[in-house]
Amino acid sequence: MQLDDGTLTETGLEAVSGGVADKVLLIACGALAREIIAVRDANGWDHLAITCLPAKLHNDPQRIPDAVQARIHRARDEGYRSMFIVYADCGTGGLLDKVCEEEGVERIAGPHCYSFFDGNDAFAERAEAGEITSFYLTDFLARQFDTLIWKGFGLDRHPDLLPMIFGNYEKMIYLAQTDHPELEAKARAAAAKCGLAYEMRRTGYGDLTGFLSDAAARLPQHPG
Amino acid sequence: MADEEDDIVLSELDDEELVQQMHDDLYDGLKEEIEEGVNILLKRGWTPYDVLTKALVEGMRIVGIDFRDGILFVPEVLLAANAMKTGMAILRPLLAETGAPKLGCMVIGTVKGDIHDIGKNLVAMMMEGAGFDVHNIGINNPVESYLEAIEEHKPDIVGMSALLTTTMPYMKVVIDAMKEKGIRDDHVVLVGGAPLNEEFGNAIGADAYCRDAAVAVETAKQFMERRHNQMAGA
Repeated sequence: MQLDDGTLTETGLEAVSGGVADKVLLIACGALAREIIAVRDANGWDHLAITCLPAKLHNDPQRIPDAVQARIHRARDEGYRSMFIVYADCGTGGLLDKVCEEEGVERIAGPHCYSFFDGNDAFAERAEAGEITSFYLTDFLARQFDTLIWKGFGLDRHPDLLPMIFGNYEKMIYLAQTDHPELEAKARAAAAKCGLAYEMRRTGYGDLTGFLSDAAARLPQHPG
Repeated sequence: MADEEDDIVLSELDDEELVQQMHDDLYDGLKEEIEEGVNILLKRGWTPYDVLTKALVEGMRIVGIDFRDGILFVPEVLLAANAMKTGMAILRPLLAETGAPKLGCMVIGTVKGDIHDIGKNLVAMMMEGAGFDVHNIGINNPVESYLEAIEEHKPDIVGMSALLTTTMPYMKVVIDAMKEKGIRDDHVVLVGGAPLNEEFGNAIGADAYCRDAAVAVETAKQFMERRHNQMAGA
């Protein structure tokens, strides 16, 4: 499957249609499409279908719960009987959990994708230990830094806003899902652009693998 | 040539036109123009308080509405805030000299574990513009910092901000500490930040959740009015 980051950011990804009754649908953030597909394909979980909402919703997180709920309803109309949400809380302040509860669907645990990639427990421990002045990149964010963050915050047009946006940060930490020198270079360049120290941590897919494994094990129950 | 002809000379505008132009300039985040406009109005004998409220605060209120409605986005709001800050820098010492009316006192800060302060600083600036004496205690504040600032400044209002889902529960820690000390009811507690909502504000025992800077100002004013009415009725 060809994935284009611009499309994942702006419009998302449509699920593969056909045979929906036997598939488990993952409703995910566009920023996670590549990683979900990589884990699925590596494990041969072919019955996991994936659909993604635009990654740019992250610049306006209060829109995420309604968008997810609307997609759940559409998926039910399409015939899916089993589905999971691959969004962390993502700044919705518990409102996404409320939607999941209302709809009876599960979401991946964690406050943000960079937390579950790192491993939620490890991430929380680091925050508790004082790692609060770090800005995190994932593979997706390293690739999309210029579009989603630099341009998204208007820094391409107004570099003088940099201190207001990044002034309290000290370090940019690239949580790498894959071993990709080109992405590492991009992440390092992003840190330099923001005037931040740089560190790379190879996390792999972290808690995502376990969540997808659980989802893959829950095959849709056929009625009767 | 056309550009030259189209250039607006601020000093040639009458007061009403100039204030309107300053609203537009604030909207466009034009720092130098705001600085010039403020100085022109002051030279024309406007009180610093009138310049602040009629030109700057009103302009920023419009920016706030369009941000809420999705017409403006974070970068534009930051530019507008920067422009307003420039005007405030001129007016602040003059306001102190001229004894502009004070609505109340506020302590505001971002809670422990959180370093995000764009929204919090915007609220602080708008509250100051609305006539509150604002003590901005910065970011990553443990409960002790809030309690010290409350002790020192005796604020009418305590404002807390958080951007992270993981840090917003700390607001309850501060409120509970205020309860333990028996000072909770002496202050109005307002909370805000992107992941918060009204339900959360109620659940932690805040007096109100404010979704943006303009709402924070209006809410603070309403609480101050209630307080004055209560005192007058006592």
